[in-house]
Amino acid sequence: MDSDGLHIPEVSPFESERLFDQPPAWRRLITRVLRHRGMMIGLAILGIIVLAAILAPVISPHDPYAQELSRRLTPPIWHENGGWTYILGTDKLGQDYLSRLLFGARVSLVIGVVSIMISGTIGVALGVLAGYLGGRVDAVINYFLTVRLSMPVILVALASASVLGGSVKVVILLLGFLLWDRFLIVSRAVTRQLREAEFIAAARSLGASPLFIMLREILPNLLGPLMVVATLEIAHAILLEATLSFLGLGVQPPMPSWGLMVAEGKAYMFFQPWIILIPGVMLVLLVLAINLVGDGLRDVTALDGRN
Amino acid sequence: MLNFLLQRLSVAVAVLFTVALIAFSLLHLSGDLAAAIAGPEATVETIEHVRHQYGLDRPMPTQFFQWLGSAVRLDFGRSFYFESSVRELVWQRMPITLILGVVSLLLALIVAIPLGVLAAVFRDGVIDRFSMFISVIGQAMPNFWFALVLILVFAVELKWLPVAGNASWKNFVLPSIALSYHAMPALMRLTRSGMLDVFSADYIRTARAKGLPGFTVVVKHALRNAIIPVVALAAVELGFMLGGSIVIEAIFSLQGLGQLAWDSIARNDFPVVQAIVLIIAVFYIALSLLGDALSALLDPRLRKNG
Repeated sequence: MDSDGLHIPEVSPFESERLFDQPPAWRRLITRVLRHRGMMIGLAILGIIVLAAILAPVISPHDPYAQELSRRLTPPIWHENGGWTYILGTDKLGQDYLSRLLFGARVSLVIGVVSIMISGTIGVALGVLAGYLGGRVDAVINYFLTVRLSMPVILVALASASVLGGSVKVVILLLGFLLWDRFLIVSRAVTRQLREAEFIAAARSLGASPLFIMLREILPNLLGPLMVVATLEIAHAILLEATLSFLGLGVQPPMPSWGLMVAEGKAYMFFQPWIILIPGVMLVLLVLAINLVGDGLRDVTALDGRN
Repeated sequence: MLNFLLQRLSVAVAVLFTVALIAFSLLHLSGDLAAAIAGPEATVETIEHVRHQYGLDRPMPTQFFQWLGSAVRLDFGRSFYFESSVRELVWQRMPITLILGVVSLLLALIVAIPLGVLAAVFRDGVIDRFSMFISVIGQAMPNFWFALVLILVFAVELKWLPVAGNASWKNFVLPSIALSYHAMPALMRLTRSGMLDVFSADYIRTARAKGLPGFTVVVKHALRNAIIPVVALAAVELGFMLGGSIVIEAIFSLQGLGQLAWDSIARNDFPVVQAIVLIIAVFYIALSLLGDALSALLDPRLRKNG
């Protein structure tokens, strides 16, 4: 047990918040991150994929949209017929697989991050309101949560995408309006705990309005747990985007998306298994990396509370 | 206990009403249904004719309550695409999805519970690490892709099992594995953490001190208590599986509810889509209720307080 944890320094309620932001705490956090093997592996893989996505226009060997039917279904380099021109081969339209993979990373990441920004805002707003105000507001919001949970995401997303037509914008909006449940659950639970905390009582007795308390006192303290939820939900959103695109109601061709690439390769997988294996492995790696970072964040921030 | 269940039940009915309203408005407000049914090449007269024939020219609230009124009596109207009634269609397809869901859940439990127990007993051992690794990978794998890989390995390379269809029990093996793999990590982790919690409890130490054999302590004393949340989660997971089966059924061409939903979405067959959204919501809510009730029955503390 950390001996520092037993010694409670004397600080006024107004300074207590600042205590957590002091440089030593940060440095300790960074050391913990560096010592967490799973998180470091996750960060490394994620870093490479994010870098590849940013640099896609620079490092892509070919135009991802350039079709060359005479070279369709060229196998990747480790096959006997493969070559250096198309390192990961070409798809059924003769488009370079590596270039499409690199640009596909952008689609996954953008959809994952933007949709979670929307759903996170919705979920946290509802969760803080429910947790802080309690009573009827809590009951109503909980009711909406039950409604949301009793409709499978895939079914609702498919039905709406079929009416609205699949596109990046539609996928982002759909996921943004569907994936707020975990944000709500977590921010509601933490807010309920915080509501009883002394610094909240202090703010209340100083005459702070509920809105001020929610925004300035509670929200900053939610950041740790919310970062964990957000990471894991980005992974969730990326998987759902891939599934929607795989089913033909997400990102539309010719735009490259890893889920769509699996769908387009499905008809050829019996003779060219690499055509579904490559984008699939990329999806697994990306989601795995994000999950590892999320789990790592949970471990690293949880230690703060325990010791 | 009874009060608790009655309260849950009334919330469930209200939730179902809201789901029905959302399913209805989702499909009716987001586009011109009549134009969608008539097809892209239809003339204005045809569209108007279709609109009148399907009752789409009546006011929205009237349409909604008419639909809901008959849905309560299990009459979901007629399919736009098939000649038969929606109820008949759903009734035909339901068994396949239910079999798939139940088999997948059992499979997930058969793997997850022993693994979770062993992982907790031999904490930080080989099994613990291995199962952790499997569950981390499992949560990262898109189920449509895992299903395709299963087909490649077991149907194409090894030729042990059929690629698709629903002729025999063999057709259910790969879909069940694909569907269960997604639920396994959560169930396993919950078993493991539940066991670890219980192991630190006083009565387990007492049982050990009495000199009871390790197996008895683990299974009779610890597992019985650790299993409660796992059972509740299993019920909820079954509800999620009914949703997840859309993708799996589409890949393996299993003619279940999921496939019907997927085909109906593609065909703009809205009465069928609405009915399936509502039916899956009923299942999900019923299963969550069941999970709550089971937890209450198995846990004496909940029984008294509830």
